[in-house]
Amino acid sequence: MSILINKDTKVIVQGLGKTGQFHTDKAIAYGTQMVGAVHPSKAGTTHVFEGATDHSGVPGRPDNYRVELPIFSSVLEAIEETGADASVVYVPPPFAADAIMEAAESGIRVIVAVTEGVPVADMVRAKRYLADKDTRLVGPNCPGVITPGEIKIGIMPGYIHQPGKIGVISRSGTLTYEAVYQLTRLGLGQTTAVGIGGDPVNGTNFLDMLKQFNDDPETEGVVMIGEIGGTAEEDAAEWIKDNMTKPVAGFIAGTTAPAGKRMGHAGAIISGGKGTAAAKIAALHAAGIEVAETPTDMGAAMVRAMG
Amino acid sequence: MKIHEYQAKQLMAARGIAVPEGVAVTTVAEAVGAARSLIEKTGNPVVVVKSQIHAGGRGKGRFKEHPDVAGVNVVLDGIEGGIEAAEEQVRYLASRMLRSTLVTIQTGEEGKQVNHLYVEQGIDIARELYLSVLLDRGVSRNIVMASTEGGMEIEKVAEETPQLILRETIDPAIGLAPFQAARLGYGLDLEGDAHRNFVKFVTALSELAVELDTDLIEINPLVITTDGRVMALDGKMAFDDSGLFRHSEVEEMRDESEEDPAELEAKAVGLSYIKLDGTIGCLVNGAGLAMATMDTIKHVGGEPANFLDVGGGADADQVAAGFRIITRDPNVKGIFVNIFGGIMRCDVIASGVVQAVKEVGLEVPLVVRLEGTNVEEGRRIIEESDVDVVSAVDMKDGAEKIVELAK
Repeated sequence: MSILINKDTKVIVQGLGKTGQFHTDKAIAYGTQMVGAVHPSKAGTTHVFEGATDHSGVPGRPDNYRVELPIFSSVLEAIEETGADASVVYVPPPFAADAIMEAAESGIRVIVAVTEGVPVADMVRAKRYLADKDTRLVGPNCPGVITPGEIKIGIMPGYIHQPGKIGVISRSGTLTYEAVYQLTRLGLGQTTAVGIGGDPVNGTNFLDMLKQFNDDPETEGVVMIGEIGGTAEEDAAEWIKDNMTKPVAGFIAGTTAPAGKRMGHAGAIISGGKGTAAAKIAALHAAGIEVAETPTDMGAAMVRAMG
Repeated sequence: MKIHEYQAKQLMAARGIAVPEGVAVTTVAEAVGAARSLIEKTGNPVVVVKSQIHAGGRGKGRFKEHPDVAGVNVVLDGIEGGIEAAEEQVRYLASRMLRSTLVTIQTGEEGKQVNHLYVEQGIDIARELYLSVLLDRGVSRNIVMASTEGGMEIEKVAEETPQLILRETIDPAIGLAPFQAARLGYGLDLEGDAHRNFVKFVTALSELAVELDTDLIEINPLVITTDGRVMALDGKMAFDDSGLFRHSEVEEMRDESEEDPAELEAKAVGLSYIKLDGTIGCLVNGAGLAMATMDTIKHVGGEPANFLDVGGGADADQVAAGFRIITRDPNVKGIFVNIFGGIMRCDVIASGVVQAVKEVGLEVPLVVRLEGTNVEEGRRIIEESDVDVVSAVDMKDGAEKIVELAK
């Protein structure tokens, strides 16, 4: 079991430019069922992906792959032709929110938006638009979602993952890799790892994913990795205290970050005294979460939390 | 991105939002001329001379070179002495304020040099209020915040008297509804003309926020004049950097003298750099990992000298550029390169580090931790070079090593 996506999920890519092509190739090598692309200027053609299979991904496949990916002018057409239920968005920032809304309106169930630099106002509108749609948006500005051994949607390196029993939720890409790699080396592996992204307005927050991991029978513990800015970690901690039945380990980045400076991520900023690492760490402790003192200890903290 | 008060007021005035008459100047002569023309035009003998820097607390701020001069000065000399007396006082103030260093609670001890002054007409103030439009991350929507406690620090008001802060959430599909604007006005005890003018003001302000992709608009104080007008006496605006591509009008207002030159240089080559006060320079891929690296340095007893995220797709040249920026900081006593290669390949980072050391030399210890894609190749490149590098097995090990070596 897993959350959000599994081996049966069929994925289309929105935006098959250079970045989209690169990561679509890696996804196919991993074993993801990439079934089509939406890129209006290339609609009606196909793009051929071929190469050596990444054997750290879906098991039992031949050593080489060759996929002729059909390209469509709209998400609706892509769904009709392929039966896709998930999409990954690499569309450039000015058009990314529109691509997200199109996917939602067309009936895509899970949208993973990788694009960095989407205007906040666009996301405010897109999120309002998605409110009454039966769609889960992850991102934007996120590494994506992976269910190891089954499917990888996004830009994370597949080989550091391993099928297992820990759910991972994180606002940071490279810190997710750090946590995942430690869990792999400890033999715990992951059910699903979700990068929710570093923007101030995103489709999915910690709380949404915690609820799903709590309900997933295969997930035995959760690592959540937060950072300065906003109060999503505090909200999650509050919910964990009253509802979570599984052990949780956490880490918060930004203890040394100065106030008023954006630390790379658009959402990583302490403003008006709000969103400090100290407040978040205190909230995690208060909820009984095992907090790692340094990122090197995230895996060990999970082991401690599991007793 | 931030802009100056006078620029924020230009943007507001262009959209029919009431602001006092004012003139931005860069020389003493211009300041004196502006005072005269404002007094003649408005008939009010009072003018205000305001320092323009990207930091708050200007009114209570003082100049390093002239501790008796405040960052914002109301010139009353014209009331009894006429225009000439006002001019004389403006000349006195402007000659001390321009090119001097203003220290406020937000600038830190080093202060900021004042290159622009804003000379503004005096206003007969009946009440001072607070008004802002900003993103509420909890609901993913903009909100309007208003308070009767104008001129105060809003964080303080929020902490001590939260009941005095009014909020209205803006539905992005609707905008600020008329009833919401009216409700805010009644909440601020406004009636008659003042209420009507406030509704117009706050509605236009909420539209400006969407039109120009602002992160924050803060009017503190918003004033009600003795004749019922509503005006922005101060104006602070910050913009969403991701939205700037569609606002050349705003981009042109960028004042690079307000930004750190090293941060600008890093940005120009696609890196994200922020200078800090410590001694351990760090070069990391990914914003979260970069922050966590700083935290880990602190945790093991050191102090980070910077935040530097080379991003997910940096090439050897960008890594070399980052290295140059770090080594230029005279406080740096050691450098920690911490890479978890996902998309970023370790061999690329290794080549960049070797290239940079060859170009700029290395006078402080260097610890490198590489993990992830092509890690073996990366380690080989570093080992086979003649660069003096200490390898680390993980982030904590690396932090401990560099803190020890930099002692």
